[in-house]
Amino acid sequence: MKIIEGLKYSKDHEWVKVEGNLATIGITDYAQHSLGDIVFVELPEIGDAIGKEETFGVVESVKAASDIYLPISGTVVKINEALVDEPELLNTDAFENWMIGVEMDDPTELDALMDATAYETICHE
Amino acid sequence: MIKNEALIFEKSVPGRRTSLLPVCDVPERDLASVIPAAFLRQQSAELPEVSEVDAVRHFTALSKMNHGVDSGFYPLGSCTMKYNPKINEDVARYSGFSRIHPYQSEKTVQGALELLYQTDRMLAEITGMARVSLQPAAGAHGEMAGLMIIKAYHQYRGDTKRQKIVVPDSSHGTNPASAAVVGFDVIEVKSNESGGVDIPSLKAVMSDEIAGLMLTNPSTLGLFEENIVEIAEIVHQAGGLLYYDGANMNAIMGKTRPGDMGFDVVHLNLHKTFSTPHGGGGPGSGPVGVKKELVPFLPAPVVERAVDKYVLDHNRPLSIGRVKSFYGNFGVVVKAFAYIRSLGAVGLREASETAVLNANYIRARLQDDYELPFGKTCMHEVVFSAQKQMKLGVSALDIAKRLIDFGYHPPTIYFPLIVKEALMIEPTETESKETLDDFIEAMRQIAREAETSPELLKEAPHDTIVKRLDEVKAVRKPILRYVKEV
Repeated sequence: MKIIEGLKYSKDHEWVKVEGNLATIGITDYAQHSLGDIVFVELPEIGDAIGKEETFGVVESVKAASDIYLPISGTVVKINEALVDEPELLNTDAFENWMIGVEMDDPTELDALMDATAYETICHE
Repeated sequence: MIKNEALIFEKSVPGRRTSLLPVCDVPERDLASVIPAAFLRQQSAELPEVSEVDAVRHFTALSKMNHGVDSGFYPLGSCTMKYNPKINEDVARYSGFSRIHPYQSEKTVQGALELLYQTDRMLAEITGMARVSLQPAAGAHGEMAGLMIIKAYHQYRGDTKRQKIVVPDSSHGTNPASAAVVGFDVIEVKSNESGGVDIPSLKAVMSDEIAGLMLTNPSTLGLFEENIVEIAEIVHQAGGLLYYDGANMNAIMGKTRPGDMGFDVVHLNLHKTFSTPHGGGGPGSGPVGVKKELVPFLPAPVVERAVDKYVLDHNRPLSIGRVKSFYGNFGVVVKAFAYIRSLGAVGLREASETAVLNANYIRARLQDDYELPFGKTCMHEVVFSAQKQMKLGVSALDIAKRLIDFGYHPPTIYFPLIVKEALMIEPTETESKETLDDFIEAMRQIAREAETSPELLKEAPHDTIVKRLDEVKAVRKPILRYVKEV
């Protein structure tokens, strides 16, 4: 299982990459592995304002459809449309293939997220 | 050995027929002279052209590839694939039930109306509700009708803020889907360590925006929600209503009632619990029952008893309206009526007791071979996890596929979502101890094979016409109709 240093992680298995006030978000390698072969990805619209821990998208695999939660509140400024046509990209590399980028409302919300070491621990529980 | 079967289109030979009609002895007219051109097909429909014997053999061959309750054990958790007595099919085909028309005058169908009325009364008694509508055609349809009733109730009281429905993370997928269809926002609450609703999380989401809570009890983990009275109080105190998903009713008939637990709205799956075969695409029936204060909102019409006759009451101003043409899937209701009357109160209770006993027998006898995430006594189904086998590289999917080689329908896998590598087994009350013992032995053998020869599982099933299907391709690029190659 792959975990990348320097990213922030949520307990719902999303990763967050922070650049200034922009947060890029995707699902972790652990998440894609647990879900199995991914067949559909649903993303929000650019401009959508989404609250902390609200649903921003859906990832459907051959096993189940799962809501994906935004770990921090913000406004969607970019979406990775390639995933809509090729959802299997998430299985190929979940870190390379980000889902959305948001302009954060409150960067201090990041403090509640985990670092790579803490996230690795909960994956092994 | 069953061989693969070509499509009937591939067997088609131009001009071949099942019967030869005599030459037409009336003058033929050109179709275009009697039917407007806009309604005439421009190209041939290209229906398959085969002889009668070829058609019979084709469909018989397909039926042999099928697995049903009539052909073997079918422990598909959450689905209650029990054996349904054939006599109930016979009763549903009595001409007085099967050869009547919904447009007949009430005077001429008093027997059918009485049956609808009596079934309503019996299902109300079984669930602890005041009245039951038999209109919804299936479980999710019953959920939709029930949620529409909840919405109508709040709106009638002028309480328009209630736009949210709470569901536990172990709920049936149809629950949040039905709530979304009816226009509610869905809020999920987590399960606690013992598989029940986490009370602090439930309290945290309660507000004057909550329309209600949807719950299955026993839960999808096959566990009885022990805090149900407290949960009902929390929801009611916040002004919400409780919706009971009756999918797991087979566990509690005659033992406890959703109404007594505090639920306000219930749906049942007659095609699970009350003697209609299912899994074949219908028809099903998902009656929805409600407590007294919600009766005015039930779908119209309902059957009422007048002094000396039964009548259809259409005059229900607060009703959510019809949810199905005519009066529901009547034949399914007849089977439920026959089933309930033939078992009686004692028989229904025994059915549930045996369903629970059978599941616990499997739980007890397989718990050394498969991990049991929740160790306590289960209800009508037991959820194992293949985590132990996963360490050997064998997944729940591999175990399920290997079971096919033993002649069993696989259990439900990867559901409920909160259990990793879930294997959800529901034996039902209609299986004998011998059948359960054979199944248990197969499961134990598979557990041994996972250790000694995992490739047997990885390559399973071995004796079917097709092996592992490409599930991704089936979802992403399904071929839904035959296209003739030119």
